[in-house]
This record gives sequence, C-alpha cells and structure tokens, in this order.
Amino acid sequence: MQFMLLFSRQGKLRLQKWYVPLSDKERKKISRDLVQTILARKPKMCSFLEWRDLKIVYKRYASLYFCCAVEDQDNELITLEIIHRYVELLDKYFGSVCELDIIFNFEKAYFILDEFLLGGEAQETSKKNVLKAIEQADLLQENTFSSGMRC
Amino acid sequence: MPAVSKGDGMRGLAVFISDIRNCKSKEAEIKRINKELANIRSKFKGDKALDGYSKKKYVCKLLFIFLLGHDIDFGHMEAVNLLSSNKYTEKQIGYLFISVLVNSNSELIRLINNAIKNDLSSRNPTFMCLALHCIANVGSREMAEAFASEIPRILVAGDTMDSVKQSAALCLLRLYKTSPDLVLMGEWTSRVVHLLNDQHMGVVTAAISLITCLSQKNPDEFKTCVSLAVSRLSRIVSSASTDLQDYTYYFVPAPWLSCKLLRLLQCYPPPEDGAVKGRLVECLETILNKAQEPPKSKKVQHSNAKNAILFEAISLIIHYDSEPNLLVRACNQLGQFLQHRETNLRYLALESMCTLASSEFSHEAVKTHIETVINALKTERDVSVRQRAADLLYAMCDRSNAKQIVAEMLSYLETADYSIREEMVLKVAILAEKYAVDYSWYVDTILNLIRIAGDYVSEEVWYRVIQIVINRDDVQGYAAKTVFEALQAPACHENMVKVGGYILGEFGNLIAGDPRSSPLVQFNLLHSKFHLCSVPTRALLLSAYIKFINLFPETKATIQEVLRCDSQIRNSDVELQQRAVEYLKLSSIASTDVLATVLEEMPPFPERESSILAKLKKKKGPGAVSVTELEDSKREGGELNGGGDRGPDTSAMSASNAVSRHSVTSNLSYVFQSTPSPSADLLGIRSSAPAGTAPASAGNLLVDVFSEAGPAAPSAAVNDDGFLRFVCKNNGVLFENQLLQIGIKSEYRQNLGRMYLFYGNKTSVQFASFTTSVSCPGELQSHILSLNVQTKQVEPLVEGGAQIQQVLNIECLTDFSDAPLLNIKFRYGGALQNLTLKLPVTINKFFQPTEMSSHDFFQRWKQLSQPQQEAQKIFKANHSMDTEVLKAKLLGLGTALLDNVDPNPENYVCAGVIQTKGQQVGCLLRLEPNAQAQMYRLTLRCSKDSVSRRLCELLAEQF
Repeated sequence: MQFMLLFSRQGKLRLQKWYVPLSDKERKKISRDLVQTILARKPKMCSFLEWRDLKIVYKRYASLYFCCAVEDQDNELITLEIIHRYVELLDKYFGSVCELDIIFNFEKAYFILDEFLLGGEAQETSKKNVLKAIEQADLLQENTFSSGMRC
Repeated sequence: MPAVSKGDGMRGLAVFISDIRNCKSKEAEIKRINKELANIRSKFKGDKALDGYSKKKYVCKLLFIFLLGHDIDFGHMEAVNLLSSNKYTEKQIGYLFISVLVNSNSELIRLINNAIKNDLSSRNPTFMCLALHCIANVGSREMAEAFASEIPRILVAGDTMDSVKQSAALCLLRLYKTSPDLVLMGEWTSRVVHLLNDQHMGVVTAAISLITCLSQKNPDEFKTCVSLAVSRLSRIVSSASTDLQDYTYYFVPAPWLSCKLLRLLQCYPPPEDGAVKGRLVECLETILNKAQEPPKSKKVQHSNAKNAILFEAISLIIHYDSEPNLLVRACNQLGQFLQHRETNLRYLALESMCTLASSEFSHEAVKTHIETVINALKTERDVSVRQRAADLLYAMCDRSNAKQIVAEMLSYLETADYSIREEMVLKVAILAEKYAVDYSWYVDTILNLIRIAGDYVSEEVWYRVIQIVINRDDVQGYAAKTVFEALQAPACHENMVKVGGYILGEFGNLIAGDPRSSPLVQFNLLHSKFHLCSVPTRALLLSAYIKFINLFPETKATIQEVLRCDSQIRNSDVELQQRAVEYLKLSSIASTDVLATVLEEMPPFPERESSILAKLKKKKGPGAVSVTELEDSKREGGELNGGGDRGPDTSAMSASNAVSRHSVTSNLSYVFQSTPSPSADLLGIRSSAPAGTAPASAGNLLVDVFSEAGPAAPSAAVNDDGFLRFVCKNNGVLFENQLLQIGIKSEYRQNLGRMYLFYGNKTSVQFASFTTSVSCPGELQSHILSLNVQTKQVEPLVEGGAQIQQVLNIECLTDFSDAPLLNIKFRYGGALQNLTLKLPVTINKFFQPTEMSSHDFFQRWKQLSQPQQEAQKIFKANHSMDTEVLKAKLLGLGTALLDNVDPNPENYVCAGVIQTKGQQVGCLLRLEPNAQAQMYRLTLRCSKDSVSRRLCELLAEQF
C-alpha cells in the first residue's frame, strides 16, 4: 500500500498515512486531487478506480471516507477488508466510533493504525491482538502518569 | 467533545481542537493557530524548563496544526527530547511527531537514531516496537545505514517476542525498499524463510510480505519458500472456519495470509516437485469449490474475503498458464460475476477476464461472454466499469468477432466519456486494421471514427489509414469514393479534410469518371473547406492541389488562379506562402513530363510496426502488459491473426515519417525542413569507436560472407564503387545484393551530419538478430577522434519485405581520411550473414561554400603556396566531360563554384571552408579539363596539407 487517507464528506482530511517517500507538496496535491475525484463519485459506484498508475480502493463509513492507494498487482477486495478491519478496530477501541473521536484523538488513530499496518503491509490482522497491544500501552501510561499539571 | 477519552486525555489539546472547530472562517482559524504557535514558541523558548507532560501536549498541538495543512518549522528538538523520556506516552508522542514530520536534517537524524538505538537495546518489547515503527514510518537512508544490519538480527533471534518480530519484519521490508543495497543477505535469510512455519499467524502474516519482496529480487536464494508456502496454504484452506480463532474473518480462515501466500507463489514458476504441485492444484481446486458454496454469512465482508482469495487464486492460475482445466473453470466462475449485483465484483471479473483472454486455453471460454460484456458497455452506470468492459472486448477480439466488436465500440464512442475516448479510438483503429479481411471495411471504420470522434483521432490514426490505402491498390478507388462522400457533409472534422485531401490528391482520378465527382467538383469540394482549416491542413491541401494539376490538366487554370490570389501567395504564414509560390511556379514552368515525375503517385510505404500500437502501449504504461502479451500470444498462435496475407499488421511506418517521405518523393525538399525530423529524438548511444574495435583490414575492404553472393572480392568492389559515388551526392542506394538493399539519405550542416540508413529485406523471410555497428578505423586509432558517430540500435527482427530505418548522428571533430565502417550482422534462414561497408562520410561533406572575387581568390591562392599545402593530380577522364555534368559534381562537392575567376573560361575554380569542431580549413580548387586529350589536371590548396591530399584522392575518381 502506498498511502491511506481519511477524509470527511466536506473534503477535510482527518488522517493521512504515507508509506512512500513524497514531498509535502506532492502529498498535498495528491490528497487534494484524490479527495475531489472520490467525492464526485456517486454512492452506488464501484469502490475501485484507476488513478494515475495506482489502484484506489475506497469506502465510505457514515461521514468519513477511507481511501487506500495500492499497487497494480495488489488485491482490491482484500484491501477493502483492510479498511473494514481498521474501522472495526477504531470502533471497538472508541466504542461506536464517530468522526469526532478521530478528530479529538487523532494520535490514537495513528497508534492503532501502526499496530495494524506497518510499512503499508498488514502486521497483525487479529483484532484481539491489536487491541491487546493498544490496551497494554494505555495501561503503561496510566501507570507511569502519576500526577501532573493539567491545563 | 467526544464522550469517551481513554488514557490520559490532554485537556489543553482538546480545548484547542474545539476552538479550531468553532472558528467560523478560514481567517479566524489562521488567527487562532498563529496565536497558539506564538504561545508554544514562547513556552519552548522560555526560561522555565517544561515538564514532560507540557512538552508532550505542545508537540501534539504542533502535530495537529501540521495535519490541518499548515507548515511547522519548530518543535523538532522538543520531540526528540520526548524520545528519551521513560514515560511511554511521552515517548509515543515524540515518535509520532518524528514519523509524521521528519526531514533529513542530519543533526536531528543523529539524535533520533541515538534514541532509537537505545530503545532497540532496551529489551522492553513495547519500546522496541515503537522504535521499529518509527524506522518503518520514516524509512530514510540514514536510518537504513544505522539499522540495516541490526534489524535482521532482532528478527531471527530466538528470544525475540512475537510482536517485535512482526514489527522487525516489516521494518526491514521498508528499509529494503528504500535502500536495497544496504540490506545484505546472509545467514538470516534462510531463517526468515522458515518464519512461514511459525506458530504465530501474525508473525507469518508480517514475515510473508518481507519474503515476497526479497523473493522477487533474489528468487534463487528464497526458492525453498515455495514448498513451505504450499503446505501453509493447504493447512489454511482445509481448516474449518473455527480452527484459526481470531484469524478467521467473517467465517473465512486467514484471508490476508491466504492472499499473501498465493501472491508469493506468483513469484515462481509452477513447483517442479510433483507432490508439491499436486498439493497446490488441490488447494486451488478447493478455493474454486469453496467460492461456489452457499455463503456462510450475508455480510459483504464474508463474500469479499472469500472472493479476494478466489481472485488471487485465479491470478496464480493465469500466472502458471499451464492447467487448462483450472483456467476454464476460473473463466466460468468469473462469468457468473459478470452479472452480479455487486458493482465491485463485476468490475473485478471484467478485469480478471482480460488476462484470461490472453491464454490460449481460456480465450475461447472468455469469448462466450461477449454478449454480456457488450451489454455491460452499454448499461453500466459507472465509467470505470465501462472502461473495463471496453478493455475486455479489446482483449477477446479476434477474426471471428472483430466486426461485431468494432461496431459495438464505434457505437459506444458516440456517447463515451471524454476521459476514455482517445484510448477507445486507438483500440478501434488497431482492431480494424488487425482483423481487416476486406479493406473497404477498414476504410469505412476509420472514416467513421473520424466522423464520430474526430477530435480524439490522433495523427497516428489518420496517417495509418493513408499508409494502408497507398499500399493496397485494391482499396484506393473505394477510399476515394468514400472520402469524397464523407466530405459532402456540411460540417466535417478537420482530420477528415486531411485524409480527404491526401487521398483525392493521390487517387482522385479513380472516381473522376463519374460526373458527380468530376475533377472540378472534387477540387471545389476540397477548397470549400480550406478557409476553415488550420495551417498544417491548408499546407496539405495546397500539396493536394498541385497533385490535381498533374492528375487533371483541366483544373490547372482554376488552381493556378487560387494559388495566385493574395491570400495564398502573400500569406503571412511562411510555409503556406512558400508552397503557393513554388507550386505556382512549378505548374507554370515545368513540362507535363517533369510535372508527372515530380508529382508521381506515392510509392508504397515501407513496413514497420504499427505506430498506433506503439502509441497505445505508451499510453497505457505499465498497465498495458496484458495487452502486449495478448498481441504476442496471438501472433505466436498464428491462427488468430490469419498469418499469410500482406495485411497492414506489419505494414506500418512511423507517422511523421510518412510526411517527410512524401516530401522526398515529390522532390519538394523545403517541406522537409519545415517538418520535424522523424528521428530528432533518436539521440543514440555514443559508439565512439574505441581503438580496439577497428577491424584489422580497415584500410582496404571488407568482410563479406554472403553465401549466395559469391566470393568476397566482387561484392567488396561493388561497395567501394558505391562509396565513391556518394562523394558528390548525399542520397541513394549504398549497397544491394539478393537479400538486402541499403539506402541512405544524409544531411550536413557545419560540422554536424545526420545520416538515415534504410535496410530493406528483399526476401520473404524474416532476418533475425539483425544488428549493426559503426566503427571508425585507420588514423582514428590514434588518440584523436576525428569523427564522432552516434547510432541508435535497430530492431533485431526485419520481416520479409520490410524496411527498417536507422539514424546516425555524425560530428566532425578534426579532418580525417578513412571512412567509418558499418558492420551488419543478421541471420537469414539460419545462416549468419556478416557484411562490412564503408559509410560514405567524406571530409568534403563538411564544406561550407565561400563566394569570393577573382582578386581575393588569387591572393589566397598565393598565400597557400607552401609545397605541402598543394596537392595535384593529372588523370584521364573516366566520365563525361560535359560542362553541366562537371558543374553539378563540383556543386555536389559542397564548395562554391566561382565564375569569372579563372582567366581561362574552360577551367573551374571552387572555394570552400571545411568545418570541423576544432578548426576551419580553407580550401581552394582548380580543375583544368583538356577535352582533346580527355585528361584533367586537378589542383588543391588547403590550409591543412592532409586535407589537400585527401580531397585530391577523392576527387580524382569523380571525373
């Protein structure tokens, strides 16, 4: 996988993960073009499209679009299920996830993604194992965080 | 604010995010952000040391601001500080900031790497994973340098935790992708392969991505993975859906791992070991069977996961292309998807069938779905699905269904989306040409294309129809009639005018008998479009008009009048004006015979790979592989392509070449200058004759081992003669025997030259392994390179009856005597043919003529009075001593022929400067004929003595 983007129906990027080295400028251009392309598509259309020399796989969940760019030989359907599994992970962690959870806890969304996908490949597909890793981390922070100034 | 906030929520961050969300305008947002940035900056710069929590919070805010799309130019140092915190959350935020925002700031990278190194050696698996994630996310070369040897060790160490192994495998993959040279294979590689057997499914899932990538680059080192992958796959496929616990996804056991295993197997040919192969075929059959079973769940995730494996299995079956049974089954199962209610499945089925169509085993099975696919093209609501349907129609097309498919594609074109029209046009053009049995159908199809989608018909397409019409005399009359009718339409596309102009200019006579298309009617029809056309089309029409004058003398007066009017002869466009002037002059002074020769019908175009096909391949880029493979397999298959007849499959020629050729044959050389050279981009590889490659027998000639051509000597002589014939001219046939004809055309300017070589295969048999090379012998063995000849290699196959072209770019560095040698090798009916020819590149080609007065001439003549500067020869005339012939030769030499210089009017004097890269050599020449004695005296005086001698040698053979 080359990158993953999460964006709202209004076209606002909520999360971006790049697995190939690209300059900021290129990233911005790609996100802009792609968000436009996908938002222009109708609901019943196919979840796959050819875009430049990449295959785009996307799916909409409530107000959020999840969009992955994969290479020519990659499997579209399994990518679609990667998206779904990520949604399931977010859902389980936040408890019925909504767009606001991802906005306010964007760092968690990144951490969960890193446990699930690394370098653009599936690292751990078991929902239990991923959540276990995240929960352990949360536990660590409860323990190490004793008292502090909250402002 | 979200209802749930796990862990330690950073309240300050949440407040900031809320503030941003409450901003009513972009300006307000920017204002709020700038306020926050100023605040953070002052905190970071302040005297009071920040505690870890504050640092984390501010770094997190910066990250948020960056992700909103704003630039962040500080905070990196604070993030790096967080890396060495022993509090997990602080470390985690530090790593996140680095992963998202890192740049190659070398100071920082060193600090980051230090922190990573500490975490990697901490033996705390959570910290190790964080560090590995960071390396995998950044993947920079600096990180590869620091960690590429460390990570394999972590990956295969016996005591490494599973979760760390998973991260290490994918981290290594990322480093291998960015810096393959830094990841060295070693003892660890064989242990990595055995991770395929690991107990932990997560480890296998992560490791297999790494193994697949490494196998693609080092297939031999990793080939043991094939049998391991097959047995792992077999265990998954035959497991019950509950066996794999959490790795079962909606009742499908380990779909991700299964897909990756099938993908890994596609890096290798079918297993040689019979048992392994048997097991694999069994797996594939099971996958096909399971796809047919009733679904265990109505959820789309279930069917997606199941079908993901099915499609990957079909990819493997196509990759092997050796199991007819499986290929046909695959095709049938995909056929069911063509009408599935899920758009995604229809899309993928069309896509996958495209590759199945290229296999000889499944091509026929794919063809049975033609009606469904045509229907998809007509009714699918999503353009990307229609595009797949069009691709599949193209792939399944053969002689049996070509007419139907082309007709459907044409009718689809009328309503097709703009984004795919050009590609559709190319595809229709290719199919029409490839499967044309009768050429009137072909002509109709292309003219329809222009009519329906004229804007999308590229030059290649309309050049091509002209080439084919010119090469096939059975279709010329029909083409003229059809194009004449098409031009009757009140509004017709400019491309139609171009084709019409060209074809009527060549073959208008074939329909002139009918009073409805009499010459004048034809002319008036064409001319009625003239004013609506662009300059290039008008230029083409002017050429058509002059051809009309030749075809139909009765139109001469009308056309001359048109040419003579101010809008032509004084046109502000130089090209149009020049054509008008020259055509007008040509038509008024040339006799009908001369006119008929100059404006003769175009000779057939040499045959070459279809430029349209080349264009399609280019357009499709890497994705076109399937199309290309299809072409190849069909050609090899023979039966699909009809073989035999001299169809346009092979008769092609690069498009721009068609234009320049036109100019050459009609002797209108100025057209040539205004047309971009067809080979302008062929800046070849420098083959600047290294000393060692010069043949030993360089000075004399030449190796010739044509079996049929008799002993070497005569053919060598033929070439020597050929070589000398080109001293005073640039174009012609350089060499010819029973097999091969070599024509050349060359242009020189200053010290640069370009030579086009045309190799024509005179036989009906293909020449294989056709290679050519150019070397510069003789004095060039010294360190001074006199001639720099660049060539671009030619195609290795020359079909029977075909002609191929090669371009040489020549640069004269210093003066020289020996000609460069052209060596040609090829196989004809199994026998190796080897031929070496002198290329007619002689020093006089780089002459610039110099006009001068009698006084100047003799003054310089006297200045060049040193004995070695002069070369003189007295010789018997070998050719006609006619004045005009002599003048033509001297002009062809490249010098200026000076009148009224020599006191004796019988003598000829010439002057010129030879341009080399380093210097200019002035040359004066005097030729004194003695008609009674049939003798000449030739004297040369040049500022460089070697040039005098060489020119004298060359010229003594010319008169």
